[in-house]
Amino acid sequence: MAQATTAPVQDTHGHDTHGHHDEGWFKKYFWSTDHKMIAKQYLWTSIFMAVVGGLMAYVFRMQLAFPGIEVPGFGLVSPGEYNALITNHGSIMIFWVAMPMLIAAWGNFLIPLMIGADDMVFPRINRLSFQIFLISAILILASLFVQGGGFGGAWTSYPPLSANPEYNLTGLGASIWLIAVALEFVAFLLGGINFIVTLMNSRAPGMKAYDIPVTVWMIVIASILFMLSVGPLIAGAIMLLFDQTLNTGFYDPARGGDPILWQHLFWFFGHPEVYVVLLPAIGFVIDIIATFARKKLFGYKIMVYTAVATAVLSFFVWAHHQFIAGIDPRMANVFTVTTLLISVPIAELLFVIIATLYGGSIKFTTPMLWALSFVATFLIGGVTGIFLGASGSDIYLHDTYFVLAHFHYTFFPIAIIGGFAAFTYWFPKMFGTMLDETLGKIHFWGTVIPFQFIFIPLFALGLGGQHRRIYNFQNFPELASMQPLRVTATLALIVMILFQLVFFWNLFRSLRSKEKAPMNPWKANTLEWTTPSPPPHGNWPPDQMPKVYRGPYEYSVPDRDTDYWPQNEPS
Amino acid sequence: MEHALESTVQERPEPREGEKLLPDGVLGMILFIFTEAMLFAGFISAFVIVKSQAAGQMWPPFGQPRLPVEETAVNTAALLVSGLVLGFAQFAFRRSARQAVLPFAVSIFLGLFFVGFQGVEWAQLLGQGLTLQSSTYGAFFYLIVGAHAIHAVGALAALVWAWFRLRDDDLGQSAFTTVQLFWYFVVLLWPILYWKVYLA
Repeated sequence: MAQATTAPVQDTHGHDTHGHHDEGWFKKYFWSTDHKMIAKQYLWTSIFMAVVGGLMAYVFRMQLAFPGIEVPGFGLVSPGEYNALITNHGSIMIFWVAMPMLIAAWGNFLIPLMIGADDMVFPRINRLSFQIFLISAILILASLFVQGGGFGGAWTSYPPLSANPEYNLTGLGASIWLIAVALEFVAFLLGGINFIVTLMNSRAPGMKAYDIPVTVWMIVIASILFMLSVGPLIAGAIMLLFDQTLNTGFYDPARGGDPILWQHLFWFFGHPEVYVVLLPAIGFVIDIIATFARKKLFGYKIMVYTAVATAVLSFFVWAHHQFIAGIDPRMANVFTVTTLLISVPIAELLFVIIATLYGGSIKFTTPMLWALSFVATFLIGGVTGIFLGASGSDIYLHDTYFVLAHFHYTFFPIAIIGGFAAFTYWFPKMFGTMLDETLGKIHFWGTVIPFQFIFIPLFALGLGGQHRRIYNFQNFPELASMQPLRVTATLALIVMILFQLVFFWNLFRSLRSKEKAPMNPWKANTLEWTTPSPPPHGNWPPDQMPKVYRGPYEYSVPDRDTDYWPQNEPS
Repeated sequence: MEHALESTVQERPEPREGEKLLPDGVLGMILFIFTEAMLFAGFISAFVIVKSQAAGQMWPPFGQPRLPVEETAVNTAALLVSGLVLGFAQFAFRRSARQAVLPFAVSIFLGLFFVGFQGVEWAQLLGQGLTLQSSTYGAFFYLIVGAHAIHAVGALAALVWAWFRLRDDDLGQSAFTTVQLFWYFVVLLWPILYWKVYLA
């Protein structure tokens, strides 16, 4: 193909310091070790996977609202397909959208730029990380088309259903699903090591611990949390894979195994995982809010300590997912207390944000709108979590749509709202052009308003006793009468999906735009805004590597001409 | 009010390049080892839970062979000595790379002996009817010891790579420490596994 003409060579992204400019298309995109290139690849992959996951939601929501119809663009949904769709929707949205977008894409892009480094410390491991991730993404998509169809045992994959092909009827799909998830963890493990070492060893001269932007703190704390929690899950996944393929009996009670064991291993990872994706999103939101409130961040140190406290506490809450799995009621009491305790640091983070806003001169740009809506939406998610963390009410609400609405009210702000906040804020730096503000605001309202119409009805359905993972509610007379709520949710979802076209149109326009973005369009302080947009190879010209003179949030300092004070500006 | 705001911005000396707490490779390896330790913690806790629920508290379960505790004690000693010798190699390396070549090779040899001995032991146990499918006892044995063996082989490959670099006097201090840390992880993990799987 026309490789030579399609590959722009004015700015080589390869990590070759000898000025080797004529590398081919394949080498440039598949072997580049530049952190910005890898970040973009993670970003595009996760956006693609988000579209796939969103369309899956469309198909099964149509089946729920209008049971038995031919879903436009898909056709009839069989019960097996329905199960495969909900399972893979959940898996994809968490492991192939939230994690790569929030941690891998923005972590790769922002960590070196925000701490004034020319690249990650292990660029080749970084490249390997993306390649493994890409293989895992291809595998999960391929698993939908193998014999028997995709895995349908829910994203939590509880044995014995998931362990035995005779029960789940998707032997191959289940194994490929598991291998894909395990590979994805390996990819993030490599990425996480890179992030932590880079932050510890490659900071710009003068950057002390409390000069590190909050986003970087949060991504790195999340990486540590991920690395400490993922080991037991990988152990459990290997055992599950052995059960599926080698006919061992780790989770088979008839052969001396224990199915609850998987639940412990899964949720020991699974609950910290919530904070693994939450912390980076909170980091973006805090950075954006400080910039657009034009005010010094309230309680910087408190916030870093709070994030660490959240991370530590999150290791002691996992069994709240198992209140009805037959665990000892005394243990349920302990886990209720720890679970409710974790709302204290999270509330603290939200108060820090509100206190930062107080008295600021707020600018309602698109990224700011996303950031503010994160706070409002996540608050609903957090408050509804109290009912699920308390074992008494959870026994009634467990596995109903209340749970489902609750975690969508947390994951949607984290992955989608947080993702769009970061995307609209750092887009000029990443791609060198500005997004359109009007289209951005139309897209914002068109996403956030339908979202409430999807999930508030689902809270009501859950309180009405509607169980998750049921293919057709018309078979249950006492649930059938709530059909209008299901229809409302589905119609709102369709509206929300249609408004995403505005985003893609905006993106397309801006990527083709000739108008260059300025170096610092938002007048922010952090280091990534002190290099051209997009940053050159090596991030700064070699003789202009930044030095740091102050913290990242010195906005509106009295007696200065400008209301911002970049970190690298000598006083 | 104004005073309070101004006092937050302190004058600082001209920024200088910070010192690295640990070299990149060593720090990366330490983080990796933490994750690996959690992986084995997962295996061990799963094993302990399943064992505690064994039917009739019979462990090993009825009809399953006893593990070769005595032979493995010898093998454990070989592995520990291997780690010790690698420590000597590190001390010698600080004086000159030449002096480290021999102890390094001895350490690799002892590591290979350990892995080979394990292989012989597995062959015997398989012959006695202990397999992945025969019981959770067998499944956990091969899972945990096998996971350790894979790490041992990986670490030995790294050691062999480092030995060739060492022989050509091309091995840096931090690369040496990095592979040494990984081998120490394998060496020090083993007594814990021996205690939990073979003895307890």
